[in-house]
Amino acid sequence: MVRLMTHNLLACHAKGCTTNNFPLALKDVQIELRESDFNPDFLKGFLPKLDWPALVLAARQLGDETLPLQQPEMLDDEFLKNLHHVLLEIHIEEGSMTCPNCAHVYPISNGIPNMLLAEHEIG
Amino acid sequence: MSRPELVAPPEIYYGDTEAKKYTKNTRNQQIQADMTYRALELLSLPPDEPAFLLDIGCGSGLSGEILDEEGYMWAGVDVAPSMLEVALEREVEGDLFLQDIGQGFGFRPGSFDGAISISVLQWLLNAETSHATSSPPHRLTRFFTTLHSALKNPSRAVFQFYPSSDDQITLISTIAQRAGFTGGLVIDYPNSNKAKKVFLCLMVGGGGHVPKGLDGDGDAAEDSTTARFERRRERERARSRGGKRKSIKDRDWILKKKELYRKRGKESVPNDSKFTGRRRKAIF
Repeated sequence: MVRLMTHNLLACHAKGCTTNNFPLALKDVQIELRESDFNPDFLKGFLPKLDWPALVLAARQLGDETLPLQQPEMLDDEFLKNLHHVLLEIHIEEGSMTCPNCAHVYPISNGIPNMLLAEHEIG
Repeated sequence: MSRPELVAPPEIYYGDTEAKKYTKNTRNQQIQADMTYRALELLSLPPDEPAFLLDIGCGSGLSGEILDEEGYMWAGVDVAPSMLEVALEREVEGDLFLQDIGQGFGFRPGSFDGAISISVLQWLLNAETSHATSSPPHRLTRFFTTLHSALKNPSRAVFQFYPSSDDQITLISTIAQRAGFTGGLVIDYPNSNKAKKVFLCLMVGGGGHVPKGLDGDGDAAEDSTTARFERRRERERARSRGGKRKSIKDRDWILKKKELYRKRGKESVPNDSKFTGRRRKAIF
């Protein structure tokens, strides 16, 4: 159930981990494709929130090469369709996310990432 | 009122059986749905603009279902794995996270257009271990500061919760203020024990005022503007003012009384005369 939309918003929240804690690196992932309704207005509203390089990196890691490396200025229909597919239809079912800074591993099982921290990691 | 938060921490209290029970209970479903709609109303998102919301303590997705219906995109966090499992079974649309909100969020700044939370905050008010990071003020601080940064500016967060004392309300609102939120409490149906609902309506970036709570009695059985026995008192007053009741101590009444006493054999009943029951002169 983790979609790249939320993966793109997620940074590490362990104690003292405040810089270089994004994006969480995906590892050993199994993905599932599930269709959902295309909503161009939502995508346009969501674009400013996205970290584009991180999104392209994650998408290529999952084998989707449809997004350009540079965020395009023009929003044509084809681009929005690709973006929709990458953001909302790729679900990560199993695997893990690793913080690039403190190397904390957040396991994903059954589509739900486990974001719980141990006592000494709580900020 | 039963207080499950005093029984065990949420991830233990909502085990497999309790999670199923909670979700299947139609009364729970109804209450949760009503409160979710009210929370969305208090959130007052701009209409016709798709929004990305955070459901804090989403549980089995009872509130998430309503967000789906209303056409919002959302992500949900909860600390009880069993509840999330039920949510998966119910196939809600949002992204789910297993997360303890007292440990704070890791979402990037400005991620969400708003946040709602139904019947959750009271769970943060009990310390589970003696560790410093387990104290309610510490957990609340961590929660509100990370939430504040995860919300975009301007936006709102609405929490429905069940406080058990005024101290708890003060604690929560002072910590929220220190984290940078403005806003305050909205209390619906404050005069009804059953229908009373407390909403904490927090705003990022100020602007806007705290909405007013709903009045009335919730179930609308009684009109709260009049006290309980008002109507009977009103009726009695109307009767006495109307003058239909005569003064009982007129001549006929006295004669009747005397007759009665004589019949009963009472001694020293005065004789009847033309002066019986007549008013004395004022100069007496």
